[in-house]
Amino acid sequence: MRVGLMIPCYVDVFYPKAGIAALELLEKLDIDVEYPFDQTCCGQPMANSGCEADARATEELFIRNFAKFEYIVTPSGSCTHHIRNKFIATPPSPERDHVQSHVYDLVEFLHDILKVNEFPWAIFPHKVALHTSCSAIRGLFMQSMSERVHDQKFSKPKALLQGVQGIEFVDFERHDECCGFGGTFSVTEEAVAAKMGYDKVDFIDKSGAEYIVSSDLSCLMHLQGCAGRLQKNLKFLHLAQILNGDKE
Amino acid sequence: MSVIDQAKNAAEFIEDKTHEVSFDKLIWMLRQKRDEAALQVPEWEQLRDLASAIKEHTLANLGPYLELFEANAKRNGVTVHWARDGHEHNQIVYDILKSRDADTLIKSKSMLTEECGTTPFLQSRGVKVSETDLGERIQQLDDEPPSHIVGPAFQKTTEDVAALFSKVYGSDPNKADPVYLAHVMREHTRPLITEAKAGMTGTNFAIAETGAIVTITNEGNADLSANAPKLRICSVGIEKIIPNNEHLAVFVRLLARSATGMPITQYTSHFRAAREGGEMHVVLVDNGRSDRLGMEKFWPSLKCIRCGACMNTCPVYRRSGGLSYGSTYMGPIGIITMPTFEIRRYSELPFASTLNGSCTNVCPVKINIHEQIYAWRGVMDEKHQTPSLKKQAMIIAGKLLSHPEAYRIATQSTETALKVLPRFAIYNHFNVWGRHREVPAPANETFHEWYRKNRTH
Ligand code: SF4
Repeated sequence: MRVGLMIPCYVDVFYPKAGIAALELLEKLDIDVEYPFDQTCCGQPMANSGCEADARATEELFIRNFAKFEYIVTPSGSCTHHIRNKFIATPPSPERDHVQSHVYDLVEFLHDILKVNEFPWAIFPHKVALHTSCSAIRGLFMQSMSERVHDQKFSKPKALLQGVQGIEFVDFERHDECCGFGGTFSVTEEAVAAKMGYDKVDFIDKSGAEYIVSSDLSCLMHLQGCAGRLQKNLKFLHLAQILNGDKE
Repeated sequence: MSVIDQAKNAAEFIEDKTHEVSFDKLIWMLRQKRDEAALQVPEWEQLRDLASAIKEHTLANLGPYLELFEANAKRNGVTVHWARDGHEHNQIVYDILKSRDADTLIKSKSMLTEECGTTPFLQSRGVKVSETDLGERIQQLDDEPPSHIVGPAFQKTTEDVAALFSKVYGSDPNKADPVYLAHVMREHTRPLITEAKAGMTGTNFAIAETGAIVTITNEGNADLSANAPKLRICSVGIEKIIPNNEHLAVFVRLLARSATGMPITQYTSHFRAAREGGEMHVVLVDNGRSDRLGMEKFWPSLKCIRCGACMNTCPVYRRSGGLSYGSTYMGPIGIITMPTFEIRRYSELPFASTLNGSCTNVCPVKINIHEQIYAWRGVMDEKHQTPSLKKQAMIIAGKLLSHPEAYRIATQSTETALKVLPRFAIYNHFNVWGRHREVPAPANETFHEWYRKNRTH
């Protein structure tokens, strides 16, 4: 099994530790993983702004970089959702089909493909608020959504984290309401974005959590910025760092 | 007209702390009530499937159903008019009123007449128009459009209403008590109702097989508007047709539950014919609907039954306020319908969304709302509606991100990365980001660098 690791831009520059954790975790699980050197991005910033034509060359580059892998794995629900469900700036081709149908969020890859449920090297004796991104919930169906009241409740990221010793989850209000990041939205509608983030941080803070954990760093970057401004004493970690047993 | 700057309007709404907080709380409560109500109905998801299928079927056969409706309404003694657009609708209504010397009109809430601008049209021609729905009347007295399609005055606090009524009616400004305020309103609107020469209502459903108009309300004001005066006029958007009463049952089960969590509203009224000695007119209005029906990606928005659930769940709407959209329909359903009326004016609306998808999953008729929002963004770019600064940034981003060498140089030192990364990722500098949030601190070394050092030797 050859896995191509995609590291989104935010992770590359701001949160390399999360990328390293994802890589080390896959290595611990004996996966033959490679990080293609010429990768940049999936094109989402342009496509989400409606500028599909401007995303084309970036998508083509992505396909060139990743079409050779059996699985493409990335620690980002948002990028996975984009590639799997909205990757249409390039004309259809077998290569495009391949990357679209073989891209996995790290959580899905661990949960659905490798079916890992224990991380014996990881201990995390802390109170955790799990924030799952909208892309992961309503785009990738990694967790049941509150709107579909009759669906069986499940959460793939939570199921994985439950394999970590000592971890304790806290419940908080409006747990699957959007945090307000939304890509370019976080800047074009910064006032609304920030208010959504403040509300989310407040709900979580009230729950007594020490950490906000997510499989999407874009949400975390936004929430961390909001928590900082509100001077809340919350810590932020990508799920991969906990599963990999990182010490903060 | 100029482009509506939803983001700016929303920022102002948030700035004034009281309204945003109470609005979000009130509207979120409606979403919670909707969840509880849906939970009581085990076949909820099947009902949504059915409702969607009925609407799709009707829209696919709209012509024949409209003709069937017209034939049956005529058989019931109703006069049926056809209006191509809002102006034609208003003219028809005015002509009916004028020819009968009706200079006072009472109205029950109708989004269609908001869309057509009926009230200002009639008032400028000397007809005195009074809204009878409590919320709609409040907005009328304050000279404001509705802020929500189900509760037009949701954006006002009880204190706001007390102040308004005291100004208009001389009631006690310090009595911010909903029951008291409802009584004040009642006292002042009842005489308008009994004296009015004509009544007008909108329509929730028009039944092809019976020729009936169905209104679904809580205050009973549609019934009063329809029956108190001898002359009654109903405005019907052509997408409101459904085949028969059996289908109506599906929608009745979904509508109130989706809107407010109530199993059913107080009144579900079927109007088939005029009261004795009176006359009844139905105006079937297109106003862009048949054009929309021909839009490959956007026709499903015509399935909408105006329950407001998509707005109630929308985290952006709740924090922006309904008036920020500057449009008849607001929130998610507004975003996907308003550009069909005027693309330039509403070109920014599709960006007032995080694409979180909650709207799509509460919509009782399963409109793929968030996918349509995404598709509208593409249309705005194709039609050159993207603001030039943003477009320039996207072109630069597209170039940078498709050239790994250039991208690497830009991001290899985190200092330069900080300058360039936000540009492509979020098209602007972090000074906007930093207005309400801390800017993330770049790490000492990118993942890329780390990998090169640690894995490639
Ligand atoms: S789009 Fe759906 S959820 Fe929104 S108002 Fe219409 S029917 Fe209700």
